[in-house]
Amino acid sequence: MKLLFDYLVFPGFIFSACVGLMAGWVDRKVTARLQWRIGPPWHQNFTDILKLLGKETIVPAGTKATFLLAPFLGLGSLILAATILGLSVRNPLESFIGDLIVVVYLLTIPAISLIIGASSSQNPLASVGASREMKMILAYELPFILSIVAVIVKSSGAIELGQILNHQLNSGSNIFSWSGALAFLVAILCMQAKLGLVPFDASEAEQEIMGGTLIEYSGAPLAVFKLTKAVMLYTMPFFLIVLFLGRDLSPLFMIAKYAMLLVVIVLIKNTNPRLRIDQALRFFWRFPTLLALIAVILALFGK
Amino acid sequence: MSWKIKALTKSIWVFHLSVGSCNNCDIEILDCLTPRFDVERFGIQLIGSPRHADALLVTGVATRKNIPRMKKIYEQVPKPCVVIAVGQCAISQHMFRFGYNAPLPVDKILPVDLYIPGCPPKPEAMIDGIVKLVTKLRKAK
Repeated sequence: MKLLFDYLVFPGFIFSACVGLMAGWVDRKVTARLQWRIGPPWHQNFTDILKLLGKETIVPAGTKATFLLAPFLGLGSLILAATILGLSVRNPLESFIGDLIVVVYLLTIPAISLIIGASSSQNPLASVGASREMKMILAYELPFILSIVAVIVKSSGAIELGQILNHQLNSGSNIFSWSGALAFLVAILCMQAKLGLVPFDASEAEQEIMGGTLIEYSGAPLAVFKLTKAVMLYTMPFFLIVLFLGRDLSPLFMIAKYAMLLVVIVLIKNTNPRLRIDQALRFFWRFPTLLALIAVILALFGK
Repeated sequence: MSWKIKALTKSIWVFHLSVGSCNNCDIEILDCLTPRFDVERFGIQLIGSPRHADALLVTGVATRKNIPRMKKIYEQVPKPCVVIAVGQCAISQHMFRFGYNAPLPVDKILPVDLYIPGCPPKPEAMIDGIVKLVTKLRKAK
């Protein structure tokens, strides 16, 4: 019962979706202000979801059940990741061994569900989007995991979120060391790619491939994908806060850190053009991977 | 008024369907998104795929080749949706009325909900039209 409440209401579904949708509104509003526009009202993203739920769901001929199941797979696993993170912050002593690895796996599943859904929709443009999404996963997972390894090494090999938080409580946030700062930089770039925002949104390029992976989705499944994006916008910065900025986790500091990361995301989004998929792959495998490797080596030397 | 229509009127995603227009209406439509008019204030967005659309915005005179494609795209849009005919060509075929390749105006092909006349219509006229359509939809249901 308590677990169900955790999963569906407080650190889980409703809380993370609301925070994510509000963050999505902040993103749209700041983007609009940067372009000298007014921007949408605060309830815009909620209205969008509501509207999509009220629309007809079209299932293209010849698709399998995976077309309708994929969005729920992605949302469900992402909420699980958000719940584990939220619980480990609320109660660092109760986290289980290896939950860091579980969270890393769960954070990949939304992208995989996007690939499954897109390739089962039998649309050529969707398959282009799916293949780009696949290449993006290959591109950003390596530096992302390396930067997490740097954190693990720093907190003397702990693969438990609670222990990582404890370590930061005793010896300062990870970001205030050389290896932590480098790994944080890499993780921010990977976060941008994981969120599917400009400059790494080649898989959903509206102008070239008409929405790419989401092209055949309409109505409720599209709403679920939009919700998944919103929850991702809550979970990823939260994950980075736990890994790198975990010294003071009182609510006020939490909000300030989250807002800071959100501003960074919006700024990167608004000041960069979209990269082609090969450029993105080359970028991720050279510069951030090298930085993350240096961070791991520095962490091994205890810097 | 059902909640579906209410939510629809507050976040209209527009698919822009140009069936043989001279690009003038299309440019004016993009003007609606510029800082001066900024229709994103009302939740109106241009989107890429007809599957995501709530409004089908038709510009240009419907040519013989394009009519089956128009019908197909209309069937691809999830209902409830509205169809908006923008510009003189879409409404009454304008100067192509006697053309051999343009047999029908748009409202003989699709159920048009809103006509915005002009060659091209001003962005103000389009926003005014959208406001009238939203009021009509809200009163109807």
